[in-house]
Amino acid sequence: MNDDTILIDTAERLFGDLVSPTLLNAAEAGSFPHVLWSALEDHGMTLAAVPEAEGGAGASIQEAFDLVRVAARHGAPIPLAETLLAGWALSGAGLRVPLGPLTVVVPGEQADLTLTGAPGHWQLNGQARRVPFARAAGHLVALVAHQGQTGVVCLPAARCRLAPDDNLAGESRDTVEVEGVSLTDTQVALIATGVTGEGLFRLGALARVVQMAGALERCLTLAVNYVNERVQFGRPLAKFQAIQHHVATLAGEVSAATVAADAAVRVLAAHGIAEALLEIACAKIRTGEAVGVAAALVHQVHGAMGFTQEYPLHFMTRRLWSWRDEFGNEAYWADQLAGALLPAGGDALWPALTRHAGIAQREG
Amino acid sequence: MAGILTARETVRRRATPGRLDFSAPAGRLFFTEAPRAMSMTNASLQFPPAILSPEALALRDTLRRFLDDERRGGGFEPQCDGWITPSFEFSRKLGQAGFLALTWPKAYGGHARTQMERFVVTAELLASGAPVAAHWIADRQTGPLLLRIGTEAQRQKYLPPIARGEYSFAIGMSEPDAGSDLASVRTLATPRPGGGWLLNGAKIWTSNAHVYDAMVVFCRTAARTEQRHQGFSQFIVERNLPGVTMNPIRFLTGEHHFNEVVFDNVELSDAQLLGREGDGWAQITSELAFERSGPERFLSTYPLLRAAMDTLGPTADARARFAVGQLVARFWTLYNMSMRVFGRLAAGLEADTEAVLVKELGARLEKEVAETLRLVIHSAPSRQSPDRTQALMATAILHSPSFSLRGGTSEILRGIIARGLGLR
Repeated sequence: MNDDTILIDTAERLFGDLVSPTLLNAAEAGSFPHVLWSALEDHGMTLAAVPEAEGGAGASIQEAFDLVRVAARHGAPIPLAETLLAGWALSGAGLRVPLGPLTVVVPGEQADLTLTGAPGHWQLNGQARRVPFARAAGHLVALVAHQGQTGVVCLPAARCRLAPDDNLAGESRDTVEVEGVSLTDTQVALIATGVTGEGLFRLGALARVVQMAGALERCLTLAVNYVNERVQFGRPLAKFQAIQHHVATLAGEVSAATVAADAAVRVLAAHGIAEALLEIACAKIRTGEAVGVAAALVHQVHGAMGFTQEYPLHFMTRRLWSWRDEFGNEAYWADQLAGALLPAGGDALWPALTRHAGIAQREG
Repeated sequence: MAGILTARETVRRRATPGRLDFSAPAGRLFFTEAPRAMSMTNASLQFPPAILSPEALALRDTLRRFLDDERRGGGFEPQCDGWITPSFEFSRKLGQAGFLALTWPKAYGGHARTQMERFVVTAELLASGAPVAAHWIADRQTGPLLLRIGTEAQRQKYLPPIARGEYSFAIGMSEPDAGSDLASVRTLATPRPGGGWLLNGAKIWTSNAHVYDAMVVFCRTAARTEQRHQGFSQFIVERNLPGVTMNPIRFLTGEHHFNEVVFDNVELSDAQLLGREGDGWAQITSELAFERSGPERFLSTYPLLRAAMDTLGPTADARARFAVGQLVARFWTLYNMSMRVFGRLAAGLEADTEAVLVKELGARLEKEVAETLRLVIHSAPSRQSPDRTQALMATAILHSPSFSLRGGTSEILRGIIARGLGLR
């Protein structure tokens, strides 16, 4: 262990110790893993990226996303990514970041929230669908456009009506109804610059990219171990050329996803969210594509065993099949990307593609 | 959990904690922190980030301007597979402008630059669709080989003209009975009484050997034994030597690119032997990773995407936008992967499996460009078409079978990847 990897190594141990199939099944049956959450909170990992002065650990963007990747590698059924995003939004708006699980409500097709009133007496109304882990969250952090500014709202979950819904992995994705909830100035901040709904949506997409990369890494590990151990026709599956080719193709998809995720996080860290549109879009598209191919292959090499509830592969693949659609799927981001690139023409594509590659620090 | 540090303690232990800044101008969220290594491990695969120096970026900009000027001035017309298409004039121009022999010592006409600078230059050349084959093999393979194992006389003779873009090399490896299985090569060099060698045999698929100045021939210098990788050597064979004959093997397009090269009692001097007799196998395998992970393994049909962007324009329909977005995402990902593998190799680290993986993915992308775009433009591919997109589409389709064959078939590559992953 060295100082650069100690946080991640620690997280790896924590998740390894605590995230068992029993815990995963219990979470899916509706029992939030409070023990896991408390352990992470005790180690300061849930607010890792919140500045120290505001109660966080002041970790870097990269470290925060590293934590998200490790959590995903274990299928941890908690809103770590959402809490990370919510913490950024709140601290960026100068609001206190509460302890406990947080989630985010980002403007878009899924959310229709209206903020009315003025400093001192705010009111929030409306509905949001597919809110991740709303059932488990103590607070929902919503971004709402308000008179040309962005309202950052820290809404206590107890003040909302929830209708349960979930994704393919049984992670809660609830419908939230807010009816005339009064809020104080410690719960609402209006900001003219800084975090925006669009920016938080991009961060959400990147979080899912990083989670997919983590789960894909685990899929590859499971596949390699399984085909080396499982014997048929008197030899390990790994000896069959058809299986070797499947695993090689799987490794290609997994590597594409991990490089895309890492490269996009680096561009975000070095250049900021406004500069990272192309990279986040590319990473979400490529990682989403990788999921379709990789999930099919990893199941194929596992045979019927991988299709059972008993074998842990489905904790990964059901999450992968869900995450690729959340915060914009490949079609959404391809459209955004093409919309940004086509007007500039073919000659401008290559400079745009290569603009931030290999540049660690923000220029100037 | 005794002994486990909290996140805050961990961050405090670092000399350079990051700082989150939401109040940055122009709605930016950005982070200031020192770059650091991140573990990028999946199974045994490693793709740590690569850094491009300010010099590399400056060189990139200079080359971009040079290529724009050349293209606008009619110096070349962008094409797919530019790196197998020779233009001796264009390679000379690149040599004069200092874009060849980048990493070689200045004493041999090189520019003493880094491997990452070379990566940037090769990627730019390919993306521009310039015809760069006349120097490609000599610059990529023969030059570095001579620097590694060549005699001083060989270096003096060949390196400066290669650096000027005036001397070209082909590679003679495959034979009628030795394709993927290179250890089956039969071409034989036997010692002549009184010194030198006598070369007999035949090579096939030898790209552009009929127009290049010389070729490096991989052959046996000792009979085959149990150790099937022993007894090979490499020689430099100049094109006009007596006993060397070329027969065209035409592409399915009719293009003359491949050759059958026959050696009939070709007399070679000891000065044409590369390195030590018997070292041939190690010589060809040691630099395979650079060859396999290079940008030529995924950019061969990029010029088609570039042209199609203009054909489609800003009013492209939803299907076309989806196609463009998908392809752009794949190119961006492979560019980053290829750069990272190059970075590892440049640092002297092993990246054989990763390099092979990049080539395997790259070959697929090279085919997907035409397969994807043909469905979203009014596609009527023709090599004669005055519409550049249709002409590029034609080459991208007609050359597509070779993408997953040249430089190692995808089937061979997948086997190597599986071995690298520990499938046993």
